[in-house]
Amino acid sequence: MHLVYPAVLAALLFSIGLYGVLARRNAVLVLISVELMLNAVNLNLVAFDVWLRDTLRAGQSLTLFTIAVAAAEIGIGLAIVLQVYRNRAGSNVDELRDLAEPPPTPTGAGAGSDAAEADADKAEAAA
Amino acid sequence: MTAPGFLSPTGVEIAFVLTGLVTLGAALVAVTTKQLVHAALWLVVALGGIAVEYLLLTAEFVAWVQVLIYVGSIVVLLLFGLMLTRAPVGRSPDADSGNRWVALAVALAAAATLVTVVVDAFRTAWIDLDTPQGSTQAIGEALFRHWVLPFEALSLLLLAALVGAIVVSRRRGGPDASDAQDASDAQDAQDAPDARGAVAPEEER
Repeated sequence: MHLVYPAVLAALLFSIGLYGVLARRNAVLVLISVELMLNAVNLNLVAFDVWLRDTLRAGQSLTLFTIAVAAAEIGIGLAIVLQVYRNRAGSNVDELRDLAEPPPTPTGAGAGSDAAEADADKAEAAA
Repeated sequence: MTAPGFLSPTGVEIAFVLTGLVTLGAALVAVTTKQLVHAALWLVVALGGIAVEYLLLTAEFVAWVQVLIYVGSIVVLLLFGLMLTRAPVGRSPDADSGNRWVALAVALAAAATLVTVVVDAFRTAWIDLDTPQGSTQAIGEALFRHWVLPFEALSLLLLAALVGAIVVSRRRGGPDASDAQDASDAQDAQDAPDARGAVAPEEER
């Protein structure tokens, strides 16, 4: 078999996963897209391992390790998503803007309203 | 080495391309569908297709591990996540964020670049599939002869991730904790009174 077939398939799968990570809004769907990207890398590892006839079986062993790490990642990721959902009743990733820099406002009034919003957020979190 | 041409594909290649098309289609639907639960179910099709590709590449053990762990547990975890976050069953119009077109442009650029580079680099490479490369015996010997230390480190990582997931997702006893959670907490406390004795007074508050 030509090596090009699995390599191109892996590249296309990776791009589809990339699109999903960037375009999806629900955090669980972002995790699904990350799984697609990991699988593309796994396919590359297996294909190149079979191509090179590695005596250590490095590619397939690394694939197994990647699968285990993906399982750990999905467990932690879903725990975090659940916690976010509980704290703010939604798991849309583009609403999680607590760490974002506030937009630069030249006037003092804008900064004041930002501070008020931050206070409101704090009160909400404390409640 | 004279590689065979692309115009006379072997049977394995035809099977690989067809399965690859199914996999790509399922992956596309999984990242574009507006029904959240369907996305997880299409992911099953994509992951199963990749397992078939592993089989065609004679990586038999990895294929079964893929089916067992990905399709068996990770997709189930994702479905749990979707249901615990009360994903709507029908179509949800806001599944995609506003920067979809930017994402599409980035993905197309990445695909074009990667496919160009890969095709240019490995146009003549030929995989010889006559001798199976991934039987369970071969992988097991390699894993437990050359990769024992990473394997053990990985088991430690899995344990840490498990404990971390439990700690992160556990609901701290607040005023808005639901009754069911309190009941399960009480059940846990009954099951392991000694282990939880130290932290129990803090959780009463």
